[in-house]
Amino acid sequence: MFKMTPNIIRNLVSKKATRRYPYVVRAPFENARGEIFNEILNCNFCGICAAKCPSRCIGVDKKAATWSCDPYACVYCGVCAEACPSGSLQQKWQYRAPVKEKETIFMKGEIKKAEPKVKKQESDSPD
Amino acid sequence: MRQTVIPFGPQHPVLPEPVHLKLSVEDEVISEAMPAFGYVHRGLEKLAEVRDFNQMIYVVERVCGICSVLHAMCYTQGIEEIMGVEVPPRAKFLRVIWSELHRIHSHLLWLGLFADSFGFESLFMQCWRIREKVLDIDEATTGNRIIVSVNIVGGVRRDLSTEQMDRILSDLKEIEEEVRRLESTILTDYMVRKRTVGKGVVTKTQAYELGLVGPTLRASGVAQDMRMLRYAAFDELDFEPVVETDGDCFARSKVRFREVLQSIDLIRQAISKIPEGEINVKVKGRPDGEAISRVEQPRGEVLYYIKANGTKNLDRLRIRTPTFANVVALVTVLPGMWLSDVPVIVLSIDPCISCTER
Repeated sequence: MFKMTPNIIRNLVSKKATRRYPYVVRAPFENARGEIFNEILNCNFCGICAAKCPSRCIGVDKKAATWSCDPYACVYCGVCAEACPSGSLQQKWQYRAPVKEKETIFMKGEIKKAEPKVKKQESDSPD
Repeated sequence: MRQTVIPFGPQHPVLPEPVHLKLSVEDEVISEAMPAFGYVHRGLEKLAEVRDFNQMIYVVERVCGICSVLHAMCYTQGIEEIMGVEVPPRAKFLRVIWSELHRIHSHLLWLGLFADSFGFESLFMQCWRIREKVLDIDEATTGNRIIVSVNIVGGVRRDLSTEQMDRILSDLKEIEEEVRRLESTILTDYMVRKRTVGKGVVTKTQAYELGLVGPTLRASGVAQDMRMLRYAAFDELDFEPVVETDGDCFARSKVRFREVLQSIDLIRQAISKIPEGEINVKVKGRPDGEAISRVEQPRGEVLYYIKANGTKNLDRLRIRTPTFANVVALVTVLPGMWLSDVPVIVLSIDPCISCTER
C-alpha cells in the first residue's frame, strides 16, 4: 500500500529537482535552436531564406536592400540559417530574451557591387 | 430513473487537450456518451495547398505536441516512397533513436497524467521529473525539446557524435533505474489497482472489430504493432510487440509501462548497431504520385495518405491519427460505468485531441 513512501522520504533529504531560476540559469545546450540573427553587411539579399521559411516570417527586398523577420511568427526551425549561401544568417544557441514591446526585426544593408569579371585570355590556355 | 446530461467538458483538469463528452447519466451510472470535437481544429491539411512539400514537414510536425517527430517521419517516408529516394542506413537508425526517445517521453507523460486522474500526485510528479531527463537528451542532440525538426526528405538534418551517444547511454541508464523504482508503485500499489482493475474492459473481438489501435488494442490481447512492418531501421532490430490480455485500464497502463522499458532497450540496440555513413541524400525534383505510409506512434498507428501531382504543392494530404480510431472505444465502453470512473477511462485510451483534429 505504501509503495511511494520511501520515495517521498528520500526526496525530503536529497537535493531539489528544480533549479532556482532566475538566480541559477542553465547555460544553453550546444547547437540549440535559438534566436535568428543576420549580419546585414554580409547579406546578399538573395531571398533564399524567405523562400524556404515554413512560416513565411522573413521578408527580403533586393532593390531596397532590406531584410525583415517577424520573431513571433518564426518557429525557430533553422532552415533559413542552414540555407543561407553567404553565411550571414545565423542561429544563436540562446533563445530570444523577453521584450517589453512587440516589434518586427528590420535591417537595412547595402547591396554589394559585383566584382568585374576578369576576362579569360585565349593565349593562356595550353595548346 | 431520471436522466441527467453532464458535460465532461472541454475544460477538465484531467484532460491534456479539450474534448467534449455529453454523458447521459442515471443515478451515477452512465447510459450514453456522445463525443463532440472541434476545439483545436487548425486546418493543417488545407495548408498543404499553399506550402510546398518541404515546408510541410514543419507544419506536419506541429500536428501533435507530444509525438511530433513520428509525424514528420511518417510524412517524409511517404514523400520518399513517391519520389523513389533511398535513405542512407545511418539516417534510418538516427530516426529510430529519436522516435523511441519520443515514445519514452510520451508514455511517461501519459503515466503522470493517468496517476493525476485518480489523485496520485506524487507519482505524477515523479514521472514528469524523469521525463525532463529525456527532454534534456532531445535538446542536447537536436536543439529543441519536443518539436525537434530533424527529419527532412532524404534523411535527417543532424548527426550524433560518439560522445553524444555515450551521453545518451549513460542518461538512459539513470532513466531506467528511476523508472524501475516506480515499477512497484505502478504495477502493484493498492490504490492504483483499486481505481483501474476491471474498469473499461474491451474484449479481444470487440477491440479487433471496432478497429482500435496501439496500446489500447495490445492490452486486449491482439498482437499488432506497426513497427512489425519493419520500416526505418526496425528490420535490423530485435522487436516483439508488448501484449496483455485483460483489456481493462490496468492492462493498458501495464502495456505502456513495459513499452517504456522496451524503447530503452531498442535505443541501446540501435546505438550499438548504427553504421557509419552520410545522414542525408540530396533530393531534386518534385513528387508525382500517391503513397500511404504508416508508422507506430505512442498512441497507435498513424496513417498518411499523400497525393502529389508534380507541382511543388501537394494535391492532398490526409492524416488518420490513432486517437481518431480509439475514440470509438470510449463510446462503447463508457455505458454502464460509474461517473467517477470516466476520467480514468478517458485517459486510458491516451487521447491526443490535437492529433485527432489537426
